[in-house]
Amino acid sequence: MEKEQTKKPYLKLFLSTLALSAFTFGGGFVIASLMKKKFVDELHWIDEEDMLNLIAIAQASPGAIAVNASILVGYRIAGFPGALVSILGTILPPLVILSVISLFYEAFKSNEYVAAALQGMQAGVAAIICDVVLSLGSNVLKTKDVLAILIMPVAFCAVFFWKVNVVYVILGSAALGICRGLLRRKEGKA
Amino acid sequence: MSLLAQLFFSFFNIGLFSVGGGYAAIPLIQQQAVVLRHWLTLTDFTDLITIAEMTPGPIVVNSATFVGIRMAGIPGAVIATVGCILPSCVIVSTLAYLYYKYKTLRLMQETLGCLRPTVVALIASAGLSILTLVLFGEEAASLGAVRWAGVALFASALFVLRRWKPNPIVIMLLCGMAGVLLHVLDTGLM
Repeated sequence: MEKEQTKKPYLKLFLSTLALSAFTFGGGFVIASLMKKKFVDELHWIDEEDMLNLIAIAQASPGAIAVNASILVGYRIAGFPGALVSILGTILPPLVILSVISLFYEAFKSNEYVAAALQGMQAGVAAIICDVVLSLGSNVLKTKDVLAILIMPVAFCAVFFWKVNVVYVILGSAALGICRGLLRRKEGKA
Repeated sequence: MSLLAQLFFSFFNIGLFSVGGGYAAIPLIQQQAVVLRHWLTLTDFTDLITIAEMTPGPIVVNSATFVGIRMAGIPGAVIATVGCILPSCVIVSTLAYLYYKYKTLRLMQETLGCLRPTVVALIASAGLSILTLVLFGEEAASLGAVRWAGVALFASALFVLRRWKPNPIVIMLLCGMAGVLLHVLDTGLM
C-alpha cells in the first residue's frame, strides 16, 4: 500500500460508528444510509461506488447488516484492527441501551412520550433514506448503463411489491453481472 | 453445557444462519430462545421484538443482550452478543479481504456494477416501507387516515436535508423532539 496513512484514524472511526449505532433506529438499510452520508459525503474516506459494493456484501452475508457493514467499512479504512474498532463502536450502544432497558422494560414499552419521540424519529429516518436514495439513484442514472438503470426498478418491485427474499435479489443481480462479464470477455476474444 | 456456553452457541447459531438482516433472524431467535432453551415465554419474545425495534441497533444484537442479561447478567449479555457477531466477523472479514484483492478484476467489476443499482433499490424499498408507516400508521393505506403530522415532519426533514445537508443525527434528534412536542400539544388540546 503506497497511500498508507501514517496515523490511522481509529478514534474517529470508533466515535463515528458509535454515534451511528446509537442513533440508528430500524433495520440495516437505515444505518447503511447513514454510513453513506458519514463516510462518503462527510469524511470522504470511501467513495460512493465502494460504499454501495460494501453494502451489497454486508446484505448478502450472514448476520446483522449493520455489524457486517461496519466490519467492511472499518476494514476498508484501517485493515483488520479497523474492523475490530468499528465492530466495537457498533455493538456497544445496543449492548448498553438494551441492558438498561431490560431492567425496566414494562415502563419503557408503555411510555407515551417514548412512543411519540420514536414516531417523530421515524419521519426523520424516512427523510434521511429518501435523501440518500435521491442522490444514489441519480448517480446510477448518470452512468447511462442501460442494464444498471433497468435493474433498479425491477429490483425495487421484486422486494417491495412481490416480496422476493432480498438474498435472491442480490444473487440474481450478481448472476446477471457475471453473465454480462463472461459475454463481454467472449466478445473481446472474438 | 453451562448456561454461558449455551448462550454463546445459541446466538452463534443465530448469527450464522440469519442471512438477510434482522427480519430473517426473528424466527431463528424464537427457535433457540423460546422453543429449544425455554429462556423466554412467547410473550417475553414478542416484547423483545417490540423493544428491539424501538431501540437503536440490530435486532440480533439487541436480542442477544436482552436474553443474555436476563439469564446470566452482564457476562451473559456480553457472551451472547459476542456469539452472535462472531460468524459475521469471520465471514465478512474474509469477504472484505477477497473483495479488496480482486475488485479490479473485470468480472468482479461487472458483477458489482449490477449489484450497486440493486442496493439502491433495496434501500429505497426499506425507506418506502418506513415512509408508509409514517404517513398512514400501522393500518393499511387509506387516504382518510393520513397522519398529517407525519407528512409535515417528513417533508420538512427532507427539505432541510436537501437544502442544508446537516448531520443526519441532528435531524433524528429534532424529529424525536418534534414528535414529543406534537404529542404534548395534541393531548393538551383535547
